Amino acid sequence: MHFSAVLRISGLLLMLFSMTMLTPLPFAWYYGEDSLVAFILAFGLTLSAGLLAWLPVARSGQELRIREGFLVTAVFYISLGLFGALPLWLETGAWLSFTDAAFESFSGLTTTGATVATGLDDLPRSVLIYRQQLQWLGGMGIIILAVAILPMLGVGGMQLYRTEMPGPVKDTKLTPRIAETAKALWYIYLTLTIACALAYWLAGMGPFDALAHSFSTVSIGGYSTYDASMGHFDSVGVEAVAVVFMILCGINFGLHFAVWNRRAPWLYLRDMEVKGYLAMLLGVGGLTVMMLGMNGVLAWPEAIRDGVFQTVSIATTSGFTTTEFSAWPGVLPFLVFFAAFTGACAGSTGGGLKVVRVLLIILQGLREVRRLIHPHSVIPVKLGSAVVPDRVVDAIWGFFSAWVVAFMLMLVALLATGLDFLTAFSAIGACLTNLGPGLGEVSAHYGDIPDVAKWILCLAMLLGRLEIFTLLVLITPTFWRG
Amino acid sequence: MKIIILGGGKVGGTLAEELSSEKFDITLVDSDADRLHGLRERLDIQTVEGHASHPDVLRRAGAEDADILVAVTSSDEVNMVACQVSFSMFRTPTKIARIRANAYSTRAGFFSREHMPIDVLIHPEQVVTDHIERLLQHPGALQVLDFAQGRMQLVAVKVYPNGPLAGQAISALREQLPKVDTRVAAIFRRDRPIMPQGDTVLEVDDEVFFLAGRRDIGAVMSELRGHEKPYKRIMIAGGGNIGERLARTLERRLNVKLIEFDAARCQVLSGALDRTVVLHGDATDSDLLLEENIENTDIFCALTNDDEANIMSSMLAKRLGARKVLTLIGKPAYVDLVQGGLIDVAISPQQATISELLVHVRKADIARIHSLRRGAAEAIEAVAHGDARSSQMVGRTLDEIVLPTGTTIGGIVRGEEVLIAHDHLVVQSNDHLIMFVTDKRRIPEVERLFQVSVHFF
Repeated sequence: MHFSAVLRISGLLLMLFSMTMLTPLPFAWYYGEDSLVAFILAFGLTLSAGLLAWLPVARSGQELRIREGFLVTAVFYISLGLFGALPLWLETGAWLSFTDAAFESFSGLTTTGATVATGLDDLPRSVLIYRQQLQWLGGMGIIILAVAILPMLGVGGMQLYRTEMPGPVKDTKLTPRIAETAKALWYIYLTLTIACALAYWLAGMGPFDALAHSFSTVSIGGYSTYDASMGHFDSVGVEAVAVVFMILCGINFGLHFAVWNRRAPWLYLRDMEVKGYLAMLLGVGGLTVMMLGMNGVLAWPEAIRDGVFQTVSIATTSGFTTTEFSAWPGVLPFLVFFAAFTGACAGSTGGGLKVVRVLLIILQGLREVRRLIHPHSVIPVKLGSAVVPDRVVDAIWGFFSAWVVAFMLMLVALLATGLDFLTAFSAIGACLTNLGPGLGEVSAHYGDIPDVAKWILCLAMLLGRLEIFTLLVLITPTFWRG
Repeated sequence: MKIIILGGGKVGGTLAEELSSEKFDITLVDSDADRLHGLRERLDIQTVEGHASHPDVLRRAGAEDADILVAVTSSDEVNMVACQVSFSMFRTPTKIARIRANAYSTRAGFFSREHMPIDVLIHPEQVVTDHIERLLQHPGALQVLDFAQGRMQLVAVKVYPNGPLAGQAISALREQLPKVDTRVAAIFRRDRPIMPQGDTVLEVDDEVFFLAGRRDIGAVMSELRGHEKPYKRIMIAGGGNIGERLARTLERRLNVKLIEFDAARCQVLSGALDRTVVLHGDATDSDLLLEENIENTDIFCALTNDDEANIMSSMLAKRLGARKVLTLIGKPAYVDLVQGGLIDVAISPQQATISELLVHVRKADIARIHSLRRGAAEAIEAVAHGDARSSQMVGRTLDEIVLPTGTTIGGIVRGEEVLIAHDHLVVQSNDHLIMFVTDKRRIPEVERLFQVSVHFF
């Protein structure tokens, strides 16, 4: 294990991250807020922590290997989560405990969007933009993680997207080096953000809200600057823009790159995962709208508007709300909520199990059925016309079972803290899928649950974001021994 | 005419045999001395041992004055290089090569003088696949052959006891098929050709060749064989090149199962094919066949490269209840042995390929040649040129044309028009004539008929 390499890169990343605490300063200055001190203090602390980690090993020439990649990824997310909490804790010390600040920070960086904060409307603008920015940075990190790093580590079948594999999209081979890949993805991400902000602004948002919400839309995070979330604007235009960008950002960024590079939008419809993703959105959305309308819960125009927005927002794991969907009658809240378990496409900013995994699990199930009919047949699992190696299918099953076990264990732990079943179940579901809002007591915010439960949920968010195995591998003795 | 054949494998060997019986000078080149020795013992040919694409080997084979080079070694690359060498160093006029890999044919114009000088590409597996596919479109046919890009087709059927043909005179057939313009082009009885006359009575086990436009063939077939149901469920034994190609062309329309012995090959096949059920196992394993519902299979195609295995698995499949069996058989001797017994249709892969090659060694302007009855007879599509003065055909009615014995004209394709031969039909320039030559020794005479005399120039 090359600890000095891990330390060096973590220190560097932390120093880099500290710079992002400076961006709220102009807002604080412009709006005349007294949060200036908190941000400068947090910046100083983070920078010196990074410097402390980096200085002793700055000259070590150790290379980062794939194995250290697991450790770096985990250390990176955990330390950013903790240090990212500093400004929130320092600024509103009387208002947010460190637990709450950390929860908010983890939720932001993992683009979950679960919040403990209430009274957002009255918070300083600099704090609000910092929250949104956390999500935006988290989204950026996730794309690089999902498109470049996880495939390299081969976590949960994601080697399917490894550049040298003949994957569903032949040209996910972005560019040979991670640095180049990251740059290409960065441009796409930035372009989408700018487009989204402009669209929000044209749809009638103020410039500050447009920017803030574009951050959390493109990252499929779900933070808003208002307690009422998107419902605050009560505008069909704004909701339409949000729906379009949530769907777009739920698609694999590698695919966006291929489309951009070859100027070939039809590639979207040739990708099996996108087809499955759109089919799921259409199916769940259609069903929700029908049930809302037919049961007379809402008048048809509202049923369509709210049904479509909530389905897209929950299924892509964004977590914006325009209406209290958890209060919808009967099976509806669960129908919409369960769509989040599938989530968005792999390699996007969305969460959940990922469409491609669910698709492959279904295909694998169908294969078993066909095998029963033709015992001697040789049936590969195919995504489109590409054969998926058995190794990948196995990895996906492994991922799925680990996911379920993690879900169970944390569910029991949450129940032990005294939460009722619906709250505990939906809180774990919402955090493990990086969705955000749950059902029951946590449908609006997470402020009222015990501190222990918050830390458990932080872990759930991290596990969900790092695809479980990245963290799981760290607690195995063999990882450290070898 | 001097022909050099590179590669003495199945195709090369059969080709040498076929052509040497027709007064061509054949030189066969192969790197395997034993194989050459065997062929030289049996056939009247010259042989050269060596690497087929090396210039000195080609020179020894007489490439300097050869008219045609046929490169049919097992390697695409050797075939291509040999054609390039003989073009660049010996100016061989006609170069024919077998190229199996599709990858080379992706760019049009690659096989041209400027790049890779090959005049004719042959693809045996594709030829055989097409052949089988045509047979499957006409349930009950022994052979289906295309002329003039498929505008006219020739179909061979067998006369079964109690069938609609048995005991009928040919003239009576016309009344049976009043709306269809067709013609009985040839009849084989106990392996001997019979000139079909109006009063010829068909006997059981006769092989009858019908010629008709493509649209009419279906009507002829359904009339003759009762309404034979189209094939829906097909089982293919052998996942080689032919099996894979056939499965790929059929899997969208039909229910296809493919049995392959080799596990690794099964993986490849199952990846390449979309809807075909790929089965790993032995086609002679009756348990496997029963498990996969052989009794409800419409046609079982044995397409491995092992004649004996094909025959055995076909017979087994037939016993277990397959409606029809089709078998790929390389050895000509086996074909007559098995066809008509338990096995319904026997196909000779070499024969199909050789038909393709024969087109290029004939002297007249020949568009298509099909070997019938294992090469005993030929169906020829030839183009008439010239005018009434320079040609022996153009401007004359069919009954005025003096044909060599054993030769008949079955039909004429004029542009898009398909005409069944009648005595008063007048041949025009550029007509494609479909002819039958039941005695191969008469082929040079037929060729002469089509040659344009000097007045033309």
